Amino acid sequence: MSKIDKLIEVKDLRVSVEDTEILKGINLSIGEGEVHAIMGPNGSGKSTLANVIAGRPGYRVTGGDIVYKGNSLLEVEPEIRARAGIFLAFQYPVELPGVRTWQFLKAAIDAIRKANGNDELSVREFDQLLEEKRKLVEMDPDLVKRSVNEGFSGGEKKRNEILQLALLDPSLALLDETDSGLDIDALRIVSHGVNIFKSPEKSVLIVTHYQRILDYITPDYVHVLVDGRIVRSGDSKLALELEEKGYEWVRESVGEEVNS
Amino acid sequence: MQDTSTIGNQYEADFQDLCSNLPNWSSEFRNEAMIAFKQIGLPVHRKGNEKWKYTNARPIAEPQYELAKFEEMDLDIIKDTAPWHDSWLNVVFVNGHYQGTFTSNTSSKIQLTNIAANDLSQDIANSVGGIVDYSDDGFAAWNSAFMSDGSVISVPDGENSGIVINLIFFNQGLTGTVNHPRVLVNSGKKSTVNVIENYVGGGEDHTLTNSVSEIYVGEGSTVNHYRLMSETDHTYDVGYGRVKIDTDGTFNSRAFFRGCGIGRYDLNVLVDGENASCDLQGLYFTSGNQHMDNFINIDHSKPHCQSNLFYKGILDGNSRAVFGGTVLVRKEAQKTDSIQSDKNLILSPNAEVDSKPALFIYADDVKCAHGATAGNIDADTVFYMRSRGVDLETASRLIIYGFAGEVIDKVEIEGLRSYLEEAFLASLPSHRFEF
Repeated sequence: MSKIDKLIEVKDLRVSVEDTEILKGINLSIGEGEVHAIMGPNGSGKSTLANVIAGRPGYRVTGGDIVYKGNSLLEVEPEIRARAGIFLAFQYPVELPGVRTWQFLKAAIDAIRKANGNDELSVREFDQLLEEKRKLVEMDPDLVKRSVNEGFSGGEKKRNEILQLALLDPSLALLDETDSGLDIDALRIVSHGVNIFKSPEKSVLIVTHYQRILDYITPDYVHVLVDGRIVRSGDSKLALELEEKGYEWVRESVGEEVNS
Repeated sequence: MQDTSTIGNQYEADFQDLCSNLPNWSSEFRNEAMIAFKQIGLPVHRKGNEKWKYTNARPIAEPQYELAKFEEMDLDIIKDTAPWHDSWLNVVFVNGHYQGTFTSNTSSKIQLTNIAANDLSQDIANSVGGIVDYSDDGFAAWNSAFMSDGSVISVPDGENSGIVINLIFFNQGLTGTVNHPRVLVNSGKKSTVNVIENYVGGGEDHTLTNSVSEIYVGEGSTVNHYRLMSETDHTYDVGYGRVKIDTDGTFNSRAFFRGCGIGRYDLNVLVDGENASCDLQGLYFTSGNQHMDNFINIDHSKPHCQSNLFYKGILDGNSRAVFGGTVLVRKEAQKTDSIQSDKNLILSPNAEVDSKPALFIYADDVKCAHGATAGNIDADTVFYMRSRGVDLETASRLIIYGFAGEVIDKVEIEGLRSYLEEAFLASLPSHRFEF
């Protein structure tokens, strides 16, 4: 079977928040089995891109399109996107007081399964699956008995995101600064979770400020986003170059190109 | 406009009528209360009245009520309305009158007496009203003058059978009637008792349930007290609870309010012995044009005591809720550890809460905190859940149930918890948000 070379295609995407244009014409294609990294300085719009793909409210698409598995996503509700296989690991995972992790994740997986023509999992099947994935991210068993993310440390919240990624098994994982605020052990565990997820059928978009996470998850493509535009694309070496020379280097070289 | 001072006078004839049929022990007590009631009236003026600042009692006070009469109820109807388990001591009152006690359990040593009994022991008779200070409370004075049937629960020293006493005050909702339930709990040394007070029923016309409960928590004893209120939109419900905790005693209160026209719960806990503690938790859900006022006070008068106050509200429609009350830490009450919080989830732009918990500390070596919050369901929270494939309706329901569950989950009586999960949670709205 041939792989889909365009699982998702972002076409000349323009996005505003209130009256400020954040994304100024983004073009990006991610094929099946590919790992892309979007790097950029603070405020460049890289988190916006991940969130718009997942359907977060509050953003206004003023131009272009996002085509996923051949269909435009722009009018699609976030839960429908999730059921179609899009997963966003949040930069700031939300606490859900009183909502048990078990209950929440069971509701999520059943909704996704039902939408794809599968039966809901029995309690036993779900328990087994949850336990298997919990071990994968080395999460404290007590945490899955608690309310979702409530009282979790920053690292535990990020691990919980990867637990959900493993459990819900989407087609496209969007990792929004998942590495920020992680110590080296947590970064290793989180990266391990992503590497296990990665396969010829699964695609990953890593949004990050730092090159550090790319030591653990090797991207096929690296894109540099500055001021709402992708100013440079390349392979994983670009990330290293960026780490060495800093974002000023890209800004300057972009300036040179514009001036020349 | 009605002058408050005449409110008591309207009931003079009824009072004389009532007194001719009631036991002798109570006549002096009632007469004093009636005098107070006529002097105080009811709190229809809010100006300068801190106790009734945010609740308009005028609609409650204005009608002239008749005393509700007894009508025997089919137990199946009662069981459909209130929590029930055959092993509990289920005591049924209809319109304020005793119908009977129903149980399969005969082993408890706890003594249950009707407060209207002629042969009430002198000790019990003397303790009725002991911690009720109606000198500034017309509703409590009114109840004290007019109470008829009610439960006296006497728990012997060392009694720890774990039995649940389930008092059901069923109001049939007969037009323009009032009933005055009365409860007295006396727990002996090192005993444990579980008491549920249910105020349920109501009809299509205005009725008033005006209850008073007195609870003495004896030395080293534990009283687990549950209060449920679930009535119709036409019902007014004024509840007045007074609690006194002796040395090493524990008072756990769980209060659940699911609707009536205007509801008020005035609870005052006197922590009156060293190492005593109280844990007061509540959950109120209001909708439509309902109004619920919780006025919860804790008075720390002895050192080394703890109190936890944790109330939550869910407000929908055009409803109003009020949370007021004070934790008072007196000068002698050193080493007091007290937390007070009221959190509200507002589901509708037309619902409103006035939450004013207060803290007065006169001791210098204490640990106290208080806070109040009111908020809508957060858009980020809903998006987080939807981004996992959960639809808006399920997300909203999980959030609301989760919010309520923080109080319901801690109910230790299994039959009561399942009742709350079914009856209370099922009445909550599941879909109310657009993002």
